Amino acid sequence: MTVADALLLGLGAVAVGAGALVVTTAHLVRAGLYLVVCLGAVAGLYLVLTAELVAWVQVLIYVGAVVVLLLFAVMLTRAPIGASADLDRPGLPALLVGGGASLGLAALLVDAYRWSSVPAPAPGTAEVLGAQLFRSWVLPFEVLSVLLLAALVGAIIVSRPDIGGGGR
Amino acid sequence: MPDWLETLIRVLAVVAAFLTLPLLVGQAEHKVMAHMQGRLGPMYAGAFHGWAQLVADGVKFVQKEDITPRDADRPVFRLAPVIALLPYLLALLVIPLGPGDLVGQPLDVGLFFVLAVVGIGVVAVLMSAWASANKYSLLGGLRGAAQLLGYELPLVLAAASVAMAAGTLSLTGIVEAWRPWWLLWQAPAAVVFFVAGLAEIRRPPFDMPIADSELVFGYLTEYTGLRFAFFLLAEYVGIVVIAALTTVLFLGGWKGPFGDAHLGWLWTLLKVFAVSFVVIWLRVAYPRLREDQLQRLCWLVLVPLALAQLVLTAAVRVAF
Repeated sequence: MTVADALLLGLGAVAVGAGALVVTTAHLVRAGLYLVVCLGAVAGLYLVLTAELVAWVQVLIYVGAVVVLLLFAVMLTRAPIGASADLDRPGLPALLVGGGASLGLAALLVDAYRWSSVPAPAPGTAEVLGAQLFRSWVLPFEVLSVLLLAALVGAIIVSRPDIGGGGR
Repeated sequence: MPDWLETLIRVLAVVAAFLTLPLLVGQAEHKVMAHMQGRLGPMYAGAFHGWAQLVADGVKFVQKEDITPRDADRPVFRLAPVIALLPYLLALLVIPLGPGDLVGQPLDVGLFFVLAVVGIGVVAVLMSAWASANKYSLLGGLRGAAQLLGYELPLVLAAASVAMAAGTLSLTGIVEAWRPWWLLWQAPAAVVFFVAGLAEIRRPPFDMPIADSELVFGYLTEYTGLRFAFFLLAEYVGIVVIAALTTVLFLGGWKGPFGDAHLGWLWTLLKVFAVSFVVIWLRVAYPRLREDQLQRLCWLVLVPLALAQLVLTAAVRVAF
């Protein structure tokens, strides 16, 4: 086992453990903070896999913005310090669906790649990623950006009753 | 020299910079503010013009009682100051001081790394605000989060403009590509970056989250002793980091009138201290922005300006 393998296992354990804490803890805001740990560990996984740019994008977007928005929203509405016992809901169906899906996927992937080996791709530097994105994948990239723009315009229209939509 | 020794020396040098530069900026703030307001500032500690004032402050902070409020969420409350300080330490690691190898850790995507880790600071604000179990803290934290999220956008856009101009995300590469006429070409981006940077480190006139006349001390209200000192230290390291980034991205880093190869570190330090001086100056010169003015400035002035600069940068890059 190489250092990279050990790091992958360790970071994976942190990510899974923190993810489990997110859904089991009864402390609302702490769940959000565990999510920070979980997403940070995933960024660490990207780093070990030499996808440098993706790792820092993960930190910038998910840790720095998405989770912060989530925490922000939770604190704006109701965020008691300590456990909120009344916020529990039956977890067994979710556990079955989530656990079944991930175990099934894991079994499928392990079985598919047990005897075949894939050459390691070049390290995911900004240059490689940019060349791929703007040469081979430029059409999906543009379509995605149009989709995001549409979502943005829609969000503005929904949230502002004075320009139609929400007022009626 | 073995690799591990070199790494150790580099890390120690960065830690030394982390511990001394903020003290210098802090002392400069005491004296500069005092003289701008027609008073003397610290004069006694250390005998010569109060040079040891911040050391004395540090000793005082260590002696103070470390209080955690009874209703606070203790682990989160105690962790927050560390989270506030850590991003700036990591950011200092990749900022180049001089040409070649004079950088803590050369990184291909250095610019992106810095922006990503500085963005973590907002988590510390929310943690300290919520865990204090104090309504002033919570109000300050919400203001802080709204401010930091908003100003992150112009900050990243302005940095993207200069990265586009240089054609690289490496901080060393950006300084190497820099030419004096960029001062004009990238001027709007420089202004946007500096102002957004000020807001990111919550310096006056952008200190609405800790507005002491209405929120006691915002999300820092419940902190005492060493933990409070950590937040203060984070603010001063923040000044150093924002000044250093402005220097590296927009003012040509180690490039000076002569002797870049040997005196590069000196030019960088001089520029960093000059920008830090402006940061202190702005604190004395401008009153605090109201919350709505603050958001208005961000979304209606800085973001359009940064987008216009991006268009200009792209046009010039394509044309030449």
